[in-house]
Amino acid sequence: MTNILAFAESRNGELRKVALEAVTAARKLADATGGEVHALVVGASGIASKAEQLAKHGADVVLVAENDAFANYNPEATSAIAADRLKGGGYRVAVFATSAQGRDLAPRVAGKLGAGIVTDVIDVALNGDNLTVKHPMNIGKLVATISIQGSPAIVSLRPNTYSPVENAKAGRVENVSAPADAASSRVVVKDLVTGEKGKLDLAEAPVIVAGGRGLKAAENFKLVEDLADAFGNAAVGATRAVTDDGWRPHADQIGQTGRLVSPQLYVAVGISGAVQHLAGMRTSKTIVAINKDKDAPIFKVADYGIVGDVFEVVPALTEAVREARKGH
Amino acid sequence: MKIAVCVKRVPDMDVRFKVAADGTSVDETGVKFDLNDFDAWAVEAALQLKEKAGQGEVVVISLGPNSVQETIRKALSMGADRGVHLQADRIPFDSFAIASALAAELKDGGYDLILFGKLAPDSSNSATGPIVAELLNVPCVTAISRLEMADGRGTAKREIEGAQEIVEFPLPAVLTVDEGLNTARYPSLKGIMAAKKKPLESKPAQLGESKVKIEKIELPPERAAGRIVGEGAAAVPELIKLLHTEAKVL
Repeated sequence: MTNILAFAESRNGELRKVALEAVTAARKLADATGGEVHALVVGASGIASKAEQLAKHGADVVLVAENDAFANYNPEATSAIAADRLKGGGYRVAVFATSAQGRDLAPRVAGKLGAGIVTDVIDVALNGDNLTVKHPMNIGKLVATISIQGSPAIVSLRPNTYSPVENAKAGRVENVSAPADAASSRVVVKDLVTGEKGKLDLAEAPVIVAGGRGLKAAENFKLVEDLADAFGNAAVGATRAVTDDGWRPHADQIGQTGRLVSPQLYVAVGISGAVQHLAGMRTSKTIVAINKDKDAPIFKVADYGIVGDVFEVVPALTEAVREARKGH
Repeated sequence: MKIAVCVKRVPDMDVRFKVAADGTSVDETGVKFDLNDFDAWAVEAALQLKEKAGQGEVVVISLGPNSVQETIRKALSMGADRGVHLQADRIPFDSFAIASALAAELKDGGYDLILFGKLAPDSSNSATGPIVAELLNVPCVTAISRLEMADGRGTAKREIEGAQEIVEFPLPAVLTVDEGLNTARYPSLKGIMAAKKKPLESKPAQLGESKVKIEKIELPPERAAGRIVGEGAAAVPELIKLLHTEAKVL
C-alpha cells in the first residue's frame, strides 16, 4: 500500500502548474516508501499528450481519462474516476492541489471513500505507514501537525509550496475508462469565462504586486499594474477594502476571505497590513512594502520597506525594475 | 422552498492565539466567538431565496458544545425559522466526522437546498459541504459567488484562478458560499427578540469515527525581522540592489 496517486489538474487541454507540484510531492512520498507515483489526468481528447510532461516530473504511471465530456471541469465524473481508482489501487495517499478545482474535487473523493482529508497542507511526510501533514489554521497564525489514519488518505497542497522538480522517469501510460454516464452529470460547467489572455493568475505568478486603500482611488491601480508589467511575470492583487469598494473584482482579493498566496516576491503598495490581509500573504518568500506610515503593521512582516508616498515611490520603482530587467 | 444552512461558531481571528497546555488545541481564554462570515452569507442567501419564493422554511444547524446555541440564535435573529443543535463536547477537526453527523440530521429532512460557507477560518479545511453532498448523494457546487434559481434548477458562478465557471445544477443540492454572493443583514432588535422564542432543538451529534488527528499545534516560525530600506524614491536603488543580490528575485 505504498503507491501514491497525484491528481494532475488541467484546464483547456493544458496542465496547470499545480499538477506538476502534486506529482513532485507524490514523488517525494513514493521515494520514501519505495512505491510508485501514479498521475491521473482527466480531460478532453488530446490530454494524453501531457503524459510525457507528467512522467518527466516523476510519474511512474500516467493514468489518462479522455472524454469530450471533460472539456470543462466535470466534478461528478472526475471525482468518480479518482475514487474508483483509489478503491482498487492500493494507494496510501492521494495528492491534490488546493486550487479552486482541488478544493472542490478532493472532498468529493474523500466523501465517496470515507477517507480522512486534510486540505491546504504545506508539508506532507510518510514515515513507514505514519502519514503526517502540516496545515495552517486560524488564518495562518497557527500550524497544526496532523496525522491521517487509513488508506487512502486525501491531502491537497497549498500552491507554490512544492516547486516542480524534473525527475526523469520512463513513465508508462494507462488509459482509464470514464464512467458510462460521464456526459450526464447532474452538475455541469456550462461555460468557462476566462480573463484576459496571457494574464498570470495569483496562484501561479512568481511575483505579486498588490494594492490597498493607500492608492486612494480605483484609477490609481494603474500604478500597481505598471509595476506588475515591469516585472514581466507578476499578477495583480488587492486588499479586501479595495475589492469591497469595487475598485477590483473579488477574485483579486488576497486575505482571510480571499486568496492565499505564496509567491517568490510580494510587493505591497499602500497596504497597511490588516490581520485579514496578512493571513493571505505572510508565507510569501520575500515581502516588500511601500507605505507612507512608518508604523503600519505591514512593515513588521516585510523584508524590505520603503516609507514614502506611493505616488512618488512606485513610478520610480517601476522604472528601476524595467531598467534592471533589461540586462536579462 | 425548504433550506438548511449549516453554520459554525468560530473564534474572532483578530487576536494573538495561544496553544493550550495539551499542545493540540487552542487556549480559548479571552477569545471571542461569532458566526463564521461565510456562513452568515449562506444564511443571507437562504433568507433571500425564501423571501423571493414568498414561502418556505430556513433551518439552521450547528454542531458543537452548548455555546453554539448562541451562534444559532444569531442566525435566527437574522430571520431563520428554527435551529438544530447537534451536541458534541467540542467541534472536531475531522471534516468527515462532522459531515457524517450533519448528513444523518439532513437526510430525511426533505430539504431543497443545503447551504454551507465555503470555509471556516479556524480549521481552514473547506471540506465539510462537499462530503455531506456525497454522503447524501445530491449534486454539489462549491464556492459560489452568484446564484439564480428558476423552475427547480439553479445556475451559479464560481470564481476560479483567472476565470469563472458558470455551473448548472438541479435541486435538491448542496451549495457552499463564497464572498461576493451577498452582504449579510444585521439582526434587527425585533429579530433578536423574535429569535428568543423560535424553536431550537438540541440532540446528540452522531459523529463518525475520526481518521484525522491533530498531533501538535504550534505558532508558525516568525519571519526574520525586516528592515526599512529608506524613505521616498531615493530608497529605490538600494531596494533594487537588495532584491537582486540578497533576495535574488530580480
